[in-house]
Amino acid sequence: MTAENTADIPVAPAFAGVPWEPGAAKPDPILVATGVRRSFGGLTAVDVDHLEVQRGQITALIGPNGAGKTTFFNLLTNFDTPDVGTRTFEGRELSRVAAHRVANLGMVRTFQLTKSLSKMTVIDNMLLGATGQSGERMWRSFLPFTWRRQEAEITARAEALLERFKLSHMRDEFAGTLSGGQRKLLEMARALMVEPNMVMLDEPMAGVNPALKQSLLDHVKGLRDEGMTVLFVEHDMDMVQEISDWVVVMAEGRIIAEGPPASIGQNQAVVDAYLGAHHDAALDLGED
Amino acid sequence: MDWGGIIENTFRGLIGEQFIYFGLAAIGLNMHFGYTGLLNFGQAVFMAAGAYGLSMAVATLGLNFWWGLLLGIVVFPLILAAIMGVPTLRLRADYLAIVTIAASEMFRIIARSPSLDRWTGSSDGLTAFAKTFYEFSPYDTQERYFFGLFIGNQMWVVTVGWVVLALVVGAVYLMMRSPWGRVLKAIREDEDAARSLGKNAYWFKMQALALGGVFGALGGMLRAIGTQSAQPQSFITDVTFFAWVALILGGAAKVGGPVVGAAVLYAILNFTDIFLRNSVADGWMPEWLMTGTQVGQVRFMLIGLALILLAAFRPQGIFGSKEEMALDDR
Repeated sequence: MTAENTADIPVAPAFAGVPWEPGAAKPDPILVATGVRRSFGGLTAVDVDHLEVQRGQITALIGPNGAGKTTFFNLLTNFDTPDVGTRTFEGRELSRVAAHRVANLGMVRTFQLTKSLSKMTVIDNMLLGATGQSGERMWRSFLPFTWRRQEAEITARAEALLERFKLSHMRDEFAGTLSGGQRKLLEMARALMVEPNMVMLDEPMAGVNPALKQSLLDHVKGLRDEGMTVLFVEHDMDMVQEISDWVVVMAEGRIIAEGPPASIGQNQAVVDAYLGAHHDAALDLGED
Repeated sequence: MDWGGIIENTFRGLIGEQFIYFGLAAIGLNMHFGYTGLLNFGQAVFMAAGAYGLSMAVATLGLNFWWGLLLGIVVFPLILAAIMGVPTLRLRADYLAIVTIAASEMFRIIARSPSLDRWTGSSDGLTAFAKTFYEFSPYDTQERYFFGLFIGNQMWVVTVGWVVLALVVGAVYLMMRSPWGRVLKAIREDEDAARSLGKNAYWFKMQALALGGVFGALGGMLRAIGTQSAQPQSFITDVTFFAWVALILGGAAKVGGPVVGAAVLYAILNFTDIFLRNSVADGWMPEWLMTGTQVGQVRFMLIGLALILLAAFRPQGIFGSKEEMALDDR
């Protein structure tokens, strides 16, 4: 990468001074992974030396098929345990935290194949997302008066979110009747019921029709504007270019590049990873 | 053809002792499978826990009846749920299915082993543990009650049974409208999703397994009380599958499903039994087709036929909703 073309590349203020290299230190990391390795049999799917995710920004995790993105994502969200290595979220080492407790710490994830709970209504999907519900204790289910007020509170919060995600009209329908894009919206809205600091999105654009894409993008930006940190795995390069503040590229289980979105297409290591080495033309990732 | 007897027996199936025992067991399965998605193929062992909890406490250990209730309704089922649940509930659903069916057979075979005669009464089982229960009976043992369907002691068993059944149905109704029930349904739909939203899926499944087991134990205990004996042969694998048939007939994940299913199942069983017997006795049934001794088997074939028809024309069960069922395919 040469000096003259890097000068034109916009960099989000939070990343000023951060070197464009794998494992770069960030001013205020919320999530840090160090020496994380995960193998399946003889195959090392993930082998990441160091990654820091900057607080309050949108970070994209991209890479060619089989790069280990989803495995790494599962490790970062504590849905999978690494063979070695540490992952710290808000200073807490995740290996000592049960998978379900990560949500209580303020990190919530979505899934590539949307997990809307089909035989539950949209509103029930939403209500499920609220953490710390006293009515979730078995013996309290016989004493509705002990949780009715909290239920009313979270119902109001859920309805406001449904309004924002334009799902209000589906409130009492089964989630299984929603379209693919609506399910993505529901899953994101449901994740917000957790009141997270950090939202992890696994391919939020997969299977979403173009009409809904823009609104989904706006919602993701909205998360950042509310102060949340977003990390997403994505194939859709339009989305990566349009909304991410920082891009992390993986190939063959390793992080091979980091930088602002516009810098990535010119990065020789990335071009090599996508198209094979010895390819001399710059890669236009925008036309994926 | 004794139409009076046929109607009487059908009605007895609809509301009688078998309906209560298997209704309770099926409600337990509904808690497991219908609401939480747990595959329990060993509900018989929870029923046995209730029966043996009471009978061993009273007949073997010489404790009083109330300790027996505690052992049979709470202690035994919870221990059993822990033994089966702790190793399997972190794994895929099939592992619980394997462990439950194995546990129910193991329990039965161990209970009938002669070396445990002193504890379990081996294959003869245990008797004389329900005296206290019948002492509370307000009914005259010689008298017939409820349109002459039940004599005194039976009437007391079904009275208590109806009350227990009503309480359990009420409890399930309340629980499934609570946030706790919502988490169970979410786990049934997708465990990972529930976990990603901060729910301890393992612990909720454990609770559901134990609670459904307690309902099964209530059914088994009432059955032991009703028959005044706890025998290994009363808890063969078929027993589990009767409860499953009741659940599927009625419709899973509906509060009333297993209750109505059990009533319908035993009404059909009783009706076909006595109807076929009468037909054979009256010579309506040609002998090459069926003899009196074959009736017992044939009525189960008819139940099988009914299930096939149900699967073809109303797969959601009597109570289930077709719309909900269709969501699976999407």
